[in-house]
Amino acid sequence: MAQTVTPILSVHPTRGLVDEKFKVALENLPPRFPVTLHSLHRSEDKDYWEAFGYYVSDDRGRVTVSEDVSLGGTYTGAEPMGLLWSMRPVPGSRTGLRLRKMDVRSPMVVLISVYKGHVFEGFREQPPMASAVTERWYMAPGVQRIDIREGAVRGTIFIPPGPGPFPGVLDMWGGGGGLVEYRSALLASHGFVSMALDYMSFETFKTHDECLSYFEKVLSIIQQHPQVIKDRVGICGLSLGATVTLTMAAYCKSISPRCCVSVSGSHVFPYGVSLAEVFQFKEMDMGKARLDEQKRVIWHDMILPIPTDPQRKVAMGRIKCPLLVVNGDDDQNWATVESAEDMAKMMRAAGNDHLLTTLTYHDAGHLIEPPYIPHFRASNFIIQHSKQKVVMLWGGQTKPHSDAQEDSWEKILAFLRQHLYPCPSSSLPQAKL
Amino acid sequence: MSWRSCFYFLRAAHKTLYTLQEQLGLLGRSGIRPSSTMAQTVTPILSVLPTRGLVDEKFKVALENLPPRFPVTLHSLHQSEDKDYWEAFGYYVSDDRGRVTVSQDASLGGTYTGAEPMGLLWSMRPVPGSRTGLRLRKMDVQSPMVVLISAYKGHVFEGFREQPPMASAVTERWYMAPGVQRIDIRERGVKGTIFIPQGPGPFPGVLDMWGGGGGLVEYRSALLASHGFVSLALDYLSPKVAVADDQSLVYFEKAFNIIQQHPQVIKDRVGICGLCLGASVTLNVAAYSESVSPRCCVCISGSHVLPAAKSLSYVINDGYKHMDKLLVDEQNRMVWRHAILPITTNPDEKLDMGRIKCPLLLVNGDDDQSKATVESAEDIAKMMRAAGNEHLLTTLNYHDAGHLIEPPYTPHFRASNFIIQHLQQKVLVLWGGKTKPHADAQEDSWQKILSFLREHLYPCPSSSIPQAKL
Repeated sequence: MAQTVTPILSVHPTRGLVDEKFKVALENLPPRFPVTLHSLHRSEDKDYWEAFGYYVSDDRGRVTVSEDVSLGGTYTGAEPMGLLWSMRPVPGSRTGLRLRKMDVRSPMVVLISVYKGHVFEGFREQPPMASAVTERWYMAPGVQRIDIREGAVRGTIFIPPGPGPFPGVLDMWGGGGGLVEYRSALLASHGFVSMALDYMSFETFKTHDECLSYFEKVLSIIQQHPQVIKDRVGICGLSLGATVTLTMAAYCKSISPRCCVSVSGSHVFPYGVSLAEVFQFKEMDMGKARLDEQKRVIWHDMILPIPTDPQRKVAMGRIKCPLLVVNGDDDQNWATVESAEDMAKMMRAAGNDHLLTTLTYHDAGHLIEPPYIPHFRASNFIIQHSKQKVVMLWGGQTKPHSDAQEDSWEKILAFLRQHLYPCPSSSLPQAKL
Repeated sequence: MSWRSCFYFLRAAHKTLYTLQEQLGLLGRSGIRPSSTMAQTVTPILSVLPTRGLVDEKFKVALENLPPRFPVTLHSLHQSEDKDYWEAFGYYVSDDRGRVTVSQDASLGGTYTGAEPMGLLWSMRPVPGSRTGLRLRKMDVQSPMVVLISAYKGHVFEGFREQPPMASAVTERWYMAPGVQRIDIRERGVKGTIFIPQGPGPFPGVLDMWGGGGGLVEYRSALLASHGFVSLALDYLSPKVAVADDQSLVYFEKAFNIIQQHPQVIKDRVGICGLCLGASVTLNVAAYSESVSPRCCVCISGSHVLPAAKSLSYVINDGYKHMDKLLVDEQNRMVWRHAILPITTNPDEKLDMGRIKCPLLLVNGDDDQSKATVESAEDIAKMMRAAGNEHLLTTLNYHDAGHLIEPPYTPHFRASNFIIQHLQQKVLVLWGGKTKPHADAQEDSWQKILSFLREHLYPCPSSSIPQAKL
């Protein structure tokens, strides 16, 4: 059959962790042959996501995605992981979708295919020349997953394989609520006992102190785990979770984190003068919320200007542990960059700014997540206290946002390792060379 | 392979792992609350990438956050389907930055030495106190081999169970890539398993046969499918499969046809791969079949010395008739290599290699104690030279490799228990080979086998297809 092209498509590793790079390669093509590499994923919500890049084989009939340049598609340039991070819902999908893995015990399954020529649509209507399946896991083999239901505390603990002991991390997501496990699962795959906490589904607190006791209790659950090094527990939070993180770092009395990571967060209480008021499901003052031309909600200005009244924000001068702040400067949801500037100012005045490291990513948005998951500029969101369904603008441009996710994740892991993993003691006997 | 069955397996594997950990002694159980003020605490960070790999994929094992110039033992542990424990270990010393990188650093001792990225797998052997004559084989290819990699303080050669490691990691080794389909074949009297690669196809096909031990051995086929070949693992010796007394090649021709006729197989791109007795069958089919012609053949540790017109059972029995040539060594292990020596000059007693019409790859180890494969290969070359078809022949001889040349990174064993099928007699057979050269042979030959199959079975891209203008 003169027209038969039977390329050999490979993806390595065939089964990887979500933050592991893969190598996609094609061989046995004719030389200088145009192909489209396509990725397809069906989410837990049953929506289809896809990405694609245009390539031309070299003189040996090969395409090597990690080195070659994509000439078009959903990503361009030499992008080893473009087939994952540039995914978007296929044409005809529901709108406002967000891709999140809620069941971390199973992998994300991605179908990588190669089509003849440079194709931008109709992937379903024509058979590819070849395809391969790859799995992307949040949990490394050997990681244990344990449900935590202790009183009002609802969460999931992930424990790395091995005897331990391990450092611990309390992991919190944003105001969208729910029990989101994937970052914790990934942290455990990197050697941290990590607890994902659902902190939005419980009874409201009457006072600031009640609120703090709750979070202190959660932190102590981690600290008291037999496989956790007591004095090596940190906190990581995104969005509202970051505000909780900063609050705990500043005000918890009986227990204190060894270090903190605040992703797309602010030290300004969303309204009122304490965190407790957030959990009383009070109506936020929507006066400063805006809508863009596509009726997407922009909350960026809600906390602007940054209040000068110290009661309206976390007392940053009280923080005694290293703090890593990660933000995107195209964050449309929260004024995180302005907050970070104010945090630095407060800490400078208090003399503890040596504890602060700030990473600001140009053109990244609000939802800075573990790498290679698609970026979406806006998505459907249910406002907790009013149960109102809106489309929330998170911000960010796809390529810079994906780069930010990749870079920040490495830096977050390095930061956690540096502060939570005990340094090897130099007093230990060494091998004679 | 559903995620659900994978999860249950992992959970079961993890329970086993956890039991191992308990035996190794979890720090928490001693009642001591760990804190970083314990001066002797070393908390290295151990990583294995990829965490889940194909059996023939290399991995990178690395340690960091150790003190500088700190002696450690890297240890691997695997519990086989037969419930035996296998282990390997290497001695390392961290560099000035407190790191050990197994793919680059030299092991100073243990079950392997030198810079051996995969030594923790191929140098495994049964743990002390195990049953004897063990062979490591994965019969259920729908689940992975689970290996526990641990780091111990100092250079340890025993007592791995009695002391807790500093750190461990679990890695999975899979014979089936995601998307590969596994289908039982019970048709026209043929018993086997077909593995189909992911994708629309069509694909080249391979008929895959093992040796005289019999049974349905799937793992090489599963791996071939993971590399883009529809592969049929064939059971041709089990009592239920009444082929042994069949004098013709009909059973094998039927099996070959089943592959050819599969809707996802390129009809004229089907080859045959066989080991040991399977290799002899391969040559028999390639030389004498009138209804099927393989596009290419791979013969591992095989011989052409068998009478063509006779049934398999005759061939097998015949081999045991030359008892005076079957040695038993000082450890009571059967050494069968002399059975066919010297290579007969009588053309009726061997396959006519001049009849081979397709490319043929021979893979042998020169320390093969079970079959005189090197001598056979020399005779094959001689016959083909005389017949004028020698250009089809490629021979790979691996120095100090033994008989059982398998896909890479699974352990080598110089001898193992074997049941002589028709006598139902259990013996210990000497396969030969020295561990490191044998492991190298498995790695190198597998790559060459895959290239050979790709070269001859994957259609070359046509140069008449329109190309992109640069």
